[in-house]
Amino acid sequence: MEQKALYDYLLLIGDNSAILGQRLGELCGHGPELETDIALTNVSLDLFGQVRNYFQYAAKVAGEDATEDSIAMLRLEHEYKNSLLVEQPNRDFAYVICRQFLFDTYHQLLLNELVNSKNDQIAAIAKKSIKEVDYHYDISSTWMQRLGDGTEESNKRLQDALDFLWRYSMELFKPTDTEIIMAEMGVGPDLETLRPVYLERVKDIFLKSNVIAKEDAIFQYGGKTGTHTEYLGYILAEFQYMQRAYPNMQW
Amino acid sequence: MEVASPEIEEILRSVSDPEIPVLSIMDMGIVRKVEQEGERYKIDITPTYSGCPAMDTIGDDIKAAFKQEGLEAEINLVLSPAWTTDWITERGKAALEKYGIAAPREKSVDKAALLGEKNQLECPRCGSKDTKMVSRFGSTACKALFQCNDCHEPFDYFKCLK
Repeated sequence: MEQKALYDYLLLIGDNSAILGQRLGELCGHGPELETDIALTNVSLDLFGQVRNYFQYAAKVAGEDATEDSIAMLRLEHEYKNSLLVEQPNRDFAYVICRQFLFDTYHQLLLNELVNSKNDQIAAIAKKSIKEVDYHYDISSTWMQRLGDGTEESNKRLQDALDFLWRYSMELFKPTDTEIIMAEMGVGPDLETLRPVYLERVKDIFLKSNVIAKEDAIFQYGGKTGTHTEYLGYILAEFQYMQRAYPNMQW
Repeated sequence: MEVASPEIEEILRSVSDPEIPVLSIMDMGIVRKVEQEGERYKIDITPTYSGCPAMDTIGDDIKAAFKQEGLEAEINLVLSPAWTTDWITERGKAALEKYGIAAPREKSVDKAALLGEKNQLECPRCGSKDTKMVSRFGSTACKALFQCNDCHEPFDYFKCLK
């Protein structure tokens, strides 16, 4: 029972990074300019590095013939536990930055708690990851301000992106049964307590970026329990192609 | 870092980061522990960045270097404590500068340079302090790209990670 909860918890954390990493990877060679192209793909690389750490551990917890590749590549859509936010498409650069900022702020708060996890391996991965994620947050929070405080057009696009993406932000703080069990065991944080800090931080950057989060947003939930938006299937089709076409292939 | 013997240290010193060939993995600070178990050496290495693609190659290179000496090495990847640029030795920093990569500075200097505030990074080629950041990421995850305003040469800066 506890092993099952731990396994699910590792997927809850790792899937966000895997799917966002894949989304960012789509931008390789397509970034709006060289700097951002390199930055976003490097962020993707960091996220995939972190995913490997979580999934290698998950494979040990699962035992039998599970491997990091089978966990990453051979699950079905409803078995992925990423939040709806990270699977949203790269409509334009403002969407990419806004999605990244909404996630990085959460990710940083989460890892800051996980470094004190009673699970040593999760604490070790968090201590490694937090240094990278601080840098991700620096990039996305400064780009929020550059776009929001830039031209009329860049501000409008950022506002459009926020209007669309904000509805997916609160799912990050709504604990699943697994996250409640893990919080009780001291493995993970009580997500509800992170929500007010999150709101304070993102609203501070929204203010500096001249954008406003909708007060009457109808928040969307479901990704963490396997009910995804239409976008995830397309991501997985590309993500899983090689492993499904050539079973057990390795790089 | 405790190494079993000078001979073993010599073998490890011969292995370098495939992306920065002038930098031995010993000077990089990624070899954390060496233990001898009979004929086998168990070597703990730690990644610089979680997604560093060089780690697998480095592990293979260590095994190959040991094999060449008729020894066997077993590689173990450890995450904790997390690597920091403080573990790059003085010799390593000098090698980086000579190679044209600005070595990591203190956190405050690093932050100021990367956020485009006061820049105190020197160009590793001409020594000018009149440099600017081009990109927060460079050719690899561990580096940022800068350019010298005097000699106009671009150069990599090895970012401070603490």
